[in-house]
Amino acid sequence: MSKTKNRPVDEISGTETTGHLWDGITELDTPLPRWWLILLYASIVWALIYWVFMPALPLLTSYTPGLRNHSDRANVARDLAALEARRAPFADKLQNASLTEIESDPSLQEFALAAGASVFGDNCATCHGSGAAGAKGFPNLNDDVWLWGGSLDEIAHTLKVGIRSTHPETRYSAMPAYGRDGLLTPEQIQDVTEHVLKLSGQDHDAGAAGRGQATFLEQCSACHGETGLGDRLQGAPRLNDADWLYGGSREEIRAQITNAQAGVMPAWEARLTPAMLKAVAVYVHARGGGE
Amino acid sequence: MATQSIGGRPSGVDSLTLGGLLAALALVAIFAAARAVEPLFQFHAYVFLAGFALGILGLVLGARAGQSDETRYNEAIVRAGVVASMFWGVVGLLVGVVIACQLAWPSIFYFDDYGFLNFGRLRPLHTSAVIFAFGGNVLLCTSFYVVQRTCKARLAGGVWPWFVFWGYQLFIVIAATGYVTGVTQSREYAEPEWYADLWLTLVWVAYLLVFLGTIWKRKEPHIYVANWFYLAFIVTVAMLHIVNNLAMPASFAGTRSYSLFSGVQDALTQWWYGHNAVGFFLTAGFLAIMYYFVPKRAERPVYSYRLSIIHFWALIFTYIWAGPHHLHYTALPQWAQTLGMTFSIMLWMPSWGGMINGLMTLSGAWDKLRTDPVLRMLVVSVAFYGMSTFEGPVMSIRAVNALSHYTDWTIGHVHSGALGWVGYVSFGALYCLVPWLWKRQQLYSLKLVEWHFWVSTIGILFYIVAMWVSGITQGLMWRAYNDLGVLQFSFVETVEQMHIYYVIRVLGGALYLSGALIMAYNLWRTARGDVAAEKTKDSVAIAPQSGVIQAAE
Repeated sequence: MSKTKNRPVDEISGTETTGHLWDGITELDTPLPRWWLILLYASIVWALIYWVFMPALPLLTSYTPGLRNHSDRANVARDLAALEARRAPFADKLQNASLTEIESDPSLQEFALAAGASVFGDNCATCHGSGAAGAKGFPNLNDDVWLWGGSLDEIAHTLKVGIRSTHPETRYSAMPAYGRDGLLTPEQIQDVTEHVLKLSGQDHDAGAAGRGQATFLEQCSACHGETGLGDRLQGAPRLNDADWLYGGSREEIRAQITNAQAGVMPAWEARLTPAMLKAVAVYVHARGGGE
Repeated sequence: MATQSIGGRPSGVDSLTLGGLLAALALVAIFAAARAVEPLFQFHAYVFLAGFALGILGLVLGARAGQSDETRYNEAIVRAGVVASMFWGVVGLLVGVVIACQLAWPSIFYFDDYGFLNFGRLRPLHTSAVIFAFGGNVLLCTSFYVVQRTCKARLAGGVWPWFVFWGYQLFIVIAATGYVTGVTQSREYAEPEWYADLWLTLVWVAYLLVFLGTIWKRKEPHIYVANWFYLAFIVTVAMLHIVNNLAMPASFAGTRSYSLFSGVQDALTQWWYGHNAVGFFLTAGFLAIMYYFVPKRAERPVYSYRLSIIHFWALIFTYIWAGPHHLHYTALPQWAQTLGMTFSIMLWMPSWGGMINGLMTLSGAWDKLRTDPVLRMLVVSVAFYGMSTFEGPVMSIRAVNALSHYTDWTIGHVHSGALGWVGYVSFGALYCLVPWLWKRQQLYSLKLVEWHFWVSTIGILFYIVAMWVSGITQGLMWRAYNDLGVLQFSFVETVEQMHIYYVIRVLGGALYLSGALIMAYNLWRTARGDVAAEKTKDSVAIAPQSGVIQAAE
């Protein structure tokens, strides 16, 4: 770029052009802007310094750890430990506290509810809803209807082992798929449906319900009880109320007897610490239906 | 010279080789359709077959129309590229607005019975349509225009440029129909499956040869800076495409394939590709557009030849290392994260070198910004380029990335680059090209360009400001712990918080799309030769450029 030949000068800027011309386009021979060059060098120097202090360069079997010996893994472990330490005073107390102990200690209760709400929001709300109101197939946790029991310990146990989960001690119940597996004829299912409608106090065909009663006593009452009271020990829902997991209309009841849907709740024992498990149990218990 | 024999002389060798290739490929497609192990693969085999058959038909009809004229530029292919760019641009932006609506109102825009219309299918359709279909066609047609003009030579390869153009459109159709039917290898910006990748490789190699052939037979002593950038874009994208798509098909008669890489190596390969798709497709290629169209439209010399050399090589060398910054705080070893971050910082000035050269080329012509909305669009694009190449290095700093990663801030960053830089520089180039190519004295209406400029600028601002606020809100909410040491917000609460910003984004995107529609109308009227009756006449010297190749100066 030396100023040798008589190169044309751009009149407006007073700068020489390189003398090249492409389709009417010329180029000025402006030197590099100084501030640009300084910042370019500065960013390179900064990078070199960063490499000296931080893990930066790959070696054959390892890497240069840098003068600061910085390690993300160590930092994560440290941060998690700090978090546990921050929670510890309440968490340790909460783990073994009884319901009355929690209710009589406002700060412990505040911790349990805050932690429980947090855990619930990121883990349970996906199925049970962010307000815990549930949906078809996913139990409402705000009412006093409980499949497996609504005391603090029972809720905690359900959380720990799950329902139809992979936990060895999982809560488990299985309703036969009477229609799909051919255990009952469609007519029998029709009759049992009318009987269940009758038990729950809905409009029904009295004749059919009468015929269905015998089948109900034979096939269903072992779990649901003769009057449809249900049985929490077996996780069998109560049928003589207005609350339904899979819907209470004639079609929905018939569909459930025919195909017997059964939901799965994961076991949280391995995924949450005992304190967080307890906290979410307290949170669910406090939703309004806790016993 | 040897290469001039493929320079489209009336020998017909080019047509014969292409015809032979297409016939052979048609046989392969028939065989693939017959042996297909799944319907989607068979469908794609038929699409290929139709493409090859149309190609052969086109060759036969084209041969009748006569041989190419070495004394004239090949402008027909650039015209085709301009039309394709505008078409895919509108399609891509429209899909973008649709998926923005899906994010803002998920229950309204959820189509239970039409799975192909759901977000997971449409999102890659949007990204690929705007980047590869719109951006790719803009790069194809401008590179074909610029390389001819600045080399004073007709495009090399006879009919092969047409193979590149139509082959690329075929790739787009295969990719897009694959996305909506669920054919994907789930690599971001590289979703098309193995057979589409092979086809694109073939098209791309032809593109490289056509481009190199044209440079080879140039009548100018030097290679213009825009052509360096185009060449860097073509060569590097070839390398990125091939390496990132190395995969083993599960069956040579089926759509599915498995990557050659696994685990963190796979992630790193993908982001080495992904970041350099930004660096070489969306940056180097569009800088080439800037280097031709800004000085041309401003009628000023390029600001600094030296800066163009230094920032070119610095950009090329540095960009290729920056990919790991997409994988901060992941299983990627920390030393690699360090390199990704520091190279991203070092990339700041090389990027700004391009911005300086683009903006300062205006010195002595700043007054034109007031009267020429096309030049204003080009200049604002360079300003957006400068902004997003500053924002990028900032976001690559690990401490910043800890907040910004996985949030809408990233989306906002991408769109300030995509809508502001890539979109505007493309629009500016297309506004220049249409009167030149269709031999019109001026654009149909400069007033409509003004409308386009302001409507879309407001759209961009809505978009990126909404995403900044939304992204930073998200990042802060995700990391918020309360006094008791538990998370303050559940994830769904953060989603709820985003709603209003997503609505604003829809508005921004709709404005940008409206601008593009105004542009399409304006260009269509220009091509027809209409001139609107308005006070502001196109005073800029954009007189039609002769299609005849002049003697070298």
